[in-house]
Amino acid sequence: MKKITLKLFRYNPETDTKPHYDTYKLEVEPTDRVLDLLEKVKGYEDGTLSFRRSCAHGVCGSCAMRVNGENKLACKTLIQDIKSSKITVEPILGMPVLKDMIVDMEPFFDNYKKVMPYFINDDPKPEKEHIQSIEEQERFDDTAKCILCGACTTSCPSFWANDEYVGPAAIVNAHRFIFDSRDQGAAERLQILNDQFGVYRCRTIFNCTLACPREIEITKAIGEVKKAIATGSLD
Amino acid sequence: MKTHQFEVVVVGAGGAGLMAGLYASKSASTAVISKLYPARSHTGAAQGGIGAALGNLEEDRPEWHTYDTVKGSDYLADQDAVEFMCKEAPGIVYELEHMGLPFSRTDEGKIAQRFFGGHTNNETTKPVKRTCYAADRTGHMILQTLYQQSIKNKVQFYDEFQVLDIIKTDEGIAGIVALEIATGEMHVFHAKSIIMATGGWGRVWEITSNAFAYTGDGVAIALRHGIPAQDMEFFQFHPTGIYKMGILITEGVRGEGGILLNGKGERFMEKEGNAPNVKELASRDVVSRAMYQEMKQGNGVDGERYLYLDVTPETVNKYAALDGRTRPDGTPYVVTGEEILGKLPDIIDFCETYLGVNPVTDPMPVQPTAHYGMGGIPTDNYGRVVVDKDRKEIMPGLYAVGENGCVSVHGSNRLGSNSLLDLVVFGKFSGIEAANHAKNSEYIPLPENPTEYAEQQLDALRNADGDERLSEIGREMKEVMFEHVGVFRVEEGMKEALEKIRELKVRFKNIKIDDKGKQFNMDLLNAWELSNLLDIAEVTTAAALNRKESRGGHARNDYQERDDENWMKHTLAWLEEDGVRLDYKDVVFTKFEPKKRVY
Repeated sequence: MKKITLKLFRYNPETDTKPHYDTYKLEVEPTDRVLDLLEKVKGYEDGTLSFRRSCAHGVCGSCAMRVNGENKLACKTLIQDIKSSKITVEPILGMPVLKDMIVDMEPFFDNYKKVMPYFINDDPKPEKEHIQSIEEQERFDDTAKCILCGACTTSCPSFWANDEYVGPAAIVNAHRFIFDSRDQGAAERLQILNDQFGVYRCRTIFNCTLACPREIEITKAIGEVKKAIATGSLD
Repeated sequence: MKTHQFEVVVVGAGGAGLMAGLYASKSASTAVISKLYPARSHTGAAQGGIGAALGNLEEDRPEWHTYDTVKGSDYLADQDAVEFMCKEAPGIVYELEHMGLPFSRTDEGKIAQRFFGGHTNNETTKPVKRTCYAADRTGHMILQTLYQQSIKNKVQFYDEFQVLDIIKTDEGIAGIVALEIATGEMHVFHAKSIIMATGGWGRVWEITSNAFAYTGDGVAIALRHGIPAQDMEFFQFHPTGIYKMGILITEGVRGEGGILLNGKGERFMEKEGNAPNVKELASRDVVSRAMYQEMKQGNGVDGERYLYLDVTPETVNKYAALDGRTRPDGTPYVVTGEEILGKLPDIIDFCETYLGVNPVTDPMPVQPTAHYGMGGIPTDNYGRVVVDKDRKEIMPGLYAVGENGCVSVHGSNRLGSNSLLDLVVFGKFSGIEAANHAKNSEYIPLPENPTEYAEQQLDALRNADGDERLSEIGREMKEVMFEHVGVFRVEEGMKEALEKIRELKVRFKNIKIDDKGKQFNMDLLNAWELSNLLDIAEVTTAAALNRKESRGGHARNDYQERDDENWMKHTLAWLEEDGVRLDYKDVVFTKFEPKKRVY
């Protein structure tokens, strides 16, 4: 067991005029997740603590939060991997805080929906599957991993500066279709992203790549989309 | 209170709910409500794949898939339903591919397929490559693809709405009641057809692969309206969960050649009485039991309650050579670390994150983990809820699909890769059927106070100003259920569990909810979810206690054999004032006579 100090961002819109922090002293296992700590506080100290969570192993994207200033999934961050014995947990930045760690995700999903994040192919359907080579599938395999947690977009200074920027997550999801050999909507998506609130807001700061809990090479993917717009070619 | 009107309302936005929503919305006004954002649903955690006899790598047939599923179910599945699902399987997998699902590919560019437990070539009895996959994140890809298509088709979503009740009047089903989590406001959805697709209830048990959201909401709501739950005693323990955490390690690991080893380094699955023929690729109930026996005999690693799952190339190649395993072209099966990494990237990531173990170089510590409910709300092949033992009485306008439904295609034990298949096949047909029903019927008038029962439940929780903590009641439930209603069961233990659950239900009336607010009151909703889990734990235990045989996911030390003469029947359980009432209904047979199940 290890002793830690857990400092939590608190804001209850029904009782607080402004946010504050609460501090808890906990005994934890080094292999505990940050999510386990939040559950412990909620379960045994203060049931009003509010946060989103579901799968608890890094695949559903519910629990993106700032842990000691960095965007993380609470369920994928172990105490033994945090250097300090003081752990501060706060909501992700750039979106309105609704209660404690819960932020308004609607603007995030609105941006996502702007890039036509769905498969488009108007040809008659083949009798069986479309044929796609292993190499063609690998072309967009990385960006297809996205779980829409928002860790990338809410770590991006360009998004903080202007929330009309569609943000890295939306571009990742556009990339997933633009580079799918079976899809026919690339031109339209590239046009959408060739906008003042599209890919050129990206200043290659790499925060998104560092923040991604799925280790998607986001900056590289955005670069590929930029190049496709500039050259008019998907090669 | 707000009132909405839709012809079809789908509750739940995982694979089943999204598929149902896509199909229903083609011809009827449809809303999909979900307590999570759709992309957060637990379908996304499914890893290994979806079963369909495409025959992309070797000969395969839907009839073989049907037989394997019936055998896997320990003959409790309804054979007409299994036949229907397995026949629909290839077409629906192509349909998913046509929606853009990024399957892994064969050298020829077709959908890749892998081995999974219990799926065989019926002529040679050897494993067959039937499970279609997208690396080890097939569920993620299905969930994303269906959500994307729902956006494309402008399906109407109500995200973060917690269903609390179905509205059932003397005239029939009139809609549902849901709480908008962000505001605490009650919403009534007046509808002609309701499709329940709320997922499973693995959170009843201490060690589980299931999400926090898996609290059996649909089944619990049905039980409160006098609708029975079917076959609840059959709950699947997946053999390979990460030790202590329960996080799923896909059966695909064994499909790719991974071996289970005990603390002495022995490959125990080949022992007589386990599965000398297909070994690690036996069905899940068989493997989980073999693991328990090993640990009971003191063969756990370092005397602890875990074993090793080893997918290092060294081990895989050694045993592949011993088994004479070959590639489709006939050459010996030899893998490299890079190939393992390419096929199981997420598993490697999980193990590195949570265990600090790299599966390419070291074995993974695993133990069985509560994974999947074979039972649920009884339905027919179109998701229609069937409430009586003679299968004659359907409840017009009510549908159940996915893990919270029970067709039954899984009987007493589900084969791996059949749940994703179940979701999309029955999701589709219930969506079509629910829209048809809506077209041919009128709205049933709402009662005067449609939210009354839901409000009562929440008020009881809010006003209970006792001293019991939810977390403690939940912990005690999970512990006793894992201990006594887990992989192995015995009369005394189950009686103890039942007594304990009833005690916890009494103590639950004396809980304390800290959060008195309306917005995002997760404290209150978690309490309501725990009430669902307690009801399900009680029903599960009562059904298990009464079934005096061992079959599939229900293994008893005091009745070790399957007893077809007395127990070849489905359980129906009603939750009543004074406890659980049980009755039984016949199994549907078409072609397959029950045989002893040997792998």
